[in-house]
Amino acid sequence: MTTLTAQDLDKTYTLRSGLRFSQLRAVNGVSFELRPGRTVALVGQSGSGKSTIAKLLMQLERPTSGSLLLDGKPIGRRGKALADYRHQVQMVFQDPFASLNPYHSIGHHLVRPLIVHGRATSRTAPGAAKELLDRVNLPADDAFMARRPHELSGGQRQRVAIARALAPGPTVLVADEPVSMLDVSVRLGVLNLLARLQREEELAMLYITHDLATARHFSDEILVMYRGEVVERGDADEVILNPQQEFTRKLLAAAPEPGTNQRFLAEARRRGVPMPDHLAPQEDLA
Amino acid sequence: MTTETTETAAPPTTTAAIATTRARRRRPAPTLVVGVGIVLVIVLFGLIGPLLVQDPLAIGNDGMQPPSAAHLLGTTQTGQDVLAQLAYATRGSLLVGVLVAVLALFLSAFFGILGGYLGGWLDEGFSLFTNVVLILPGLPLMIVIGSYVEQRGLLLIAVVLAITSWAASARVLRSQTLSIRNRDYVQAAKIAGEKPWRIISVEILPNLLPVMSSGFVFALISAILGEAGLSFIGLGVVGTQTWGSMLFYAQNGQALTLGGWWWFVPPGFLIAALGCGLSLINFSIDAIINPRLRSAPANARRVRRAEKKEEAAA
Amino acid sequence: MSTPTPDPANPLEAEIAPDIEEVRAGADSPVSEEAVLTVEGLDVVYEVETPVHAVQGASFTLRRGEILGLAGESGCGKTTLAYGLNQLHRPPARITGGSVTFHGRDGEDVDVLALEGEALRAFRWSRIAMVFQGAMNSLNPVISIKAQLEDVFTTHRPGMDAAARRARSEELLRLVGVDPSRITAFAHELSGGMRQRVMIAMALALDPDLMIMDEPTTALDVVVQREILQEILRLRSELGFAVVFITHDLPMLLEISDRIAVMRAGRIVELDTAENLYFAPQHPYTRRLLGSFPSLTGDAGDFLRAGYSTEGTR
Repeated sequence: MTTLTAQDLDKTYTLRSGLRFSQLRAVNGVSFELRPGRTVALVGQSGSGKSTIAKLLMQLERPTSGSLLLDGKPIGRRGKALADYRHQVQMVFQDPFASLNPYHSIGHHLVRPLIVHGRATSRTAPGAAKELLDRVNLPADDAFMARRPHELSGGQRQRVAIARALAPGPTVLVADEPVSMLDVSVRLGVLNLLARLQREEELAMLYITHDLATARHFSDEILVMYRGEVVERGDADEVILNPQQEFTRKLLAAAPEPGTNQRFLAEARRRGVPMPDHLAPQEDLA
Repeated sequence: MTTETTETAAPPTTTAAIATTRARRRRPAPTLVVGVGIVLVIVLFGLIGPLLVQDPLAIGNDGMQPPSAAHLLGTTQTGQDVLAQLAYATRGSLLVGVLVAVLALFLSAFFGILGGYLGGWLDEGFSLFTNVVLILPGLPLMIVIGSYVEQRGLLLIAVVLAITSWAASARVLRSQTLSIRNRDYVQAAKIAGEKPWRIISVEILPNLLPVMSSGFVFALISAILGEAGLSFIGLGVVGTQTWGSMLFYAQNGQALTLGGWWWFVPPGFLIAALGCGLSLINFSIDAIINPRLRSAPANARRVRRAEKKEEAAA
Repeated sequence: MSTPTPDPANPLEAEIAPDIEEVRAGADSPVSEEAVLTVEGLDVVYEVETPVHAVQGASFTLRRGEILGLAGESGCGKTTLAYGLNQLHRPPARITGGSVTFHGRDGEDVDVLALEGEALRAFRWSRIAMVFQGAMNSLNPVISIKAQLEDVFTTHRPGMDAAARRARSEELLRLVGVDPSRITAFAHELSGGMRQRVMIAMALALDPDLMIMDEPTTALDVVVQREILQEILRLRSELGFAVVFITHDLPMLLEISDRIAVMRAGRIVELDTAENLYFAPQHPYTRRLLGSFPSLTGDAGDFLRAGYSTEGTR
């Protein structure tokens, strides 16, 4: 059980165009706490600094100022301490077409982290990898392990990416827009998979998204980001149903979705069906 | 095209390279077959030829003889067998070419990939060095070094040629590495806890192979041509026969004015043929790197065939 | 106008500006009874090893000024269908059957599939214009917006003089909501939304009767996306062109389309007005697409964390 705390994270990039330098403040004083079994959602437009926070958390970038604490202790930044951190904190990328190496088999992607983190030896790794595949509802056999990323559908690839993130046995999971590149009909399945894994492992989760509906239903707390700053935060239902900030309202208004379709909502109310049954979430009807 | 391509033809990403190698295993492209065929024949001639022919340096009395049963490619001015010389020269030229290509490959990979991946000051330094080497004028430098050193052995020439020819492909490799370094799968490997050397060799390198092999082939061609040029002006390898040295002696022996075509045409032809074969191989590698180049003609053919079939049926 | 009165019991609803609906229903509907495009039984096949029937028997009639949404998931054939409409498909894709008829303003019918060469080229931009997927990244980075816009006229309207070209280009920019003073800008100086507006301006340049838009807003932010959608609707009201709008986002189509075609595995499984699709979708796949995501305000929210739904393995 691990708690990851971000305190006053700041990230400023120095941009160079020719001889001129300019500063871009991508993240500005962001704090939050990821606790076991709970999900924090980070929502905002593209360019609002959401993905930069993911990079800071994964130590792919260093914050300009501010700190990250793992169970209250400052995190290790190199060597053994960094390896320990990676053991605890893992990530699922947005684009499953880019996050798997086209050159390597599915097996490679799962076996390597198992070995690197000492969860298996090279002899036991294939078996452990198959267990991971089974956990993410993929066929756990040699044929599937031998396949290459481009032979898989988007949903399958993202499941492989999730299995890879689970391989080191993390306690904190960062999911950066895990379903935005997937077909709509498979999105819910992948999200439900993440939700189940979180329950089973008591994972602390950061869910980064631009989709407010899933943010609400998937997380406990929502942070709304605008230009690198958190402009609104609070209980998930509260932020979505009772937004306090102008920007949050604007985001909510912009999302096209059947439940708030202005064109038909009045007609729906007239007919006495404010929310047609078929617009309620369902799966595998076909 | 868009999404549909993913399920029908090859996906328009790097994965296409793999898909192509698979497709190629079934039916290799004609350019590749011809290219490999030409190169293979020349390599075999260079390897086995010297074992079968007469002593290339043995001087005879029958100088400047046109091809005959005794001398299949005629003789030189001093009565040496041209075929024998050609066999040894092929071996020499290929040896220089391969040596240079291997050296250049290592140099370009070291400076290009390492600099590109590690970034920072190291990359700046490597980049600067690469650019300086790139603008060194190759041939004049070789002439200077060549005329400076008395004992111009094969290794020396190879090293000089390699030093002047790796920079261009190092730049290509660096830019490729820079783009691959920021791909999600490399970041994911980092997060998975992989060590830098493993990320370079296992995650990045395989995706650079097509570019590297193309660079290797190109270095091979230019090394053989460069060596031929050096030898032709008399600054080539001393003590080892190459196509260039054959041309040099043919020129000195007035082969052209005496009408002794059998002396200079064979080495010239082999240089041209090898260049042609290697270029064909390079084109096929290009087609593997760029799936559009590869599939466009085949796709057009398929559509024409289907149309014809339909017309015939109607 | 059918703007609902804000419901105080639901604070969210009061906050949502009925912007798109305002634009959509605000002006007199430009949809006329007259058809602009008739597609009958269109078949497109990818001629690969085992031919893939990407579009099977697609039929629909598009009325003048109508917005037809084409919805479906990746690989369902929606882009292939749209490209087939003005022969933009590339080998290995081939149209194996069906017809596409364009009904001109002068009452003349054009058999689009029979067009070739120069006639096809002229037809494409001036009668049916395309806005491609990721189009905003297809602006030439080293040429100004001005040059690219005016280039359309130099190519397609050779009679126009420089002043007229300039005037028309600025007018187009004004039309799509870009300050005409930005005309000298380069692509990288404009935001994604601006670039997409410029692309729409280019598509509008020759006053087409039909615009085919392939995921024109997918790469954009929701807020910017909404602005672009409003712009498209406004332009449609002003200029009266018809739109085929391709996207995977069915909820978005429900807001902007007059009619919607849902595609799956190459077939149009359901084609109906947006209203009918909203209230009574017939095909199980349509219902599944509509219900595939939780609603923002709906109460079915705890299903995810409660975890009693299945996960599936697709």
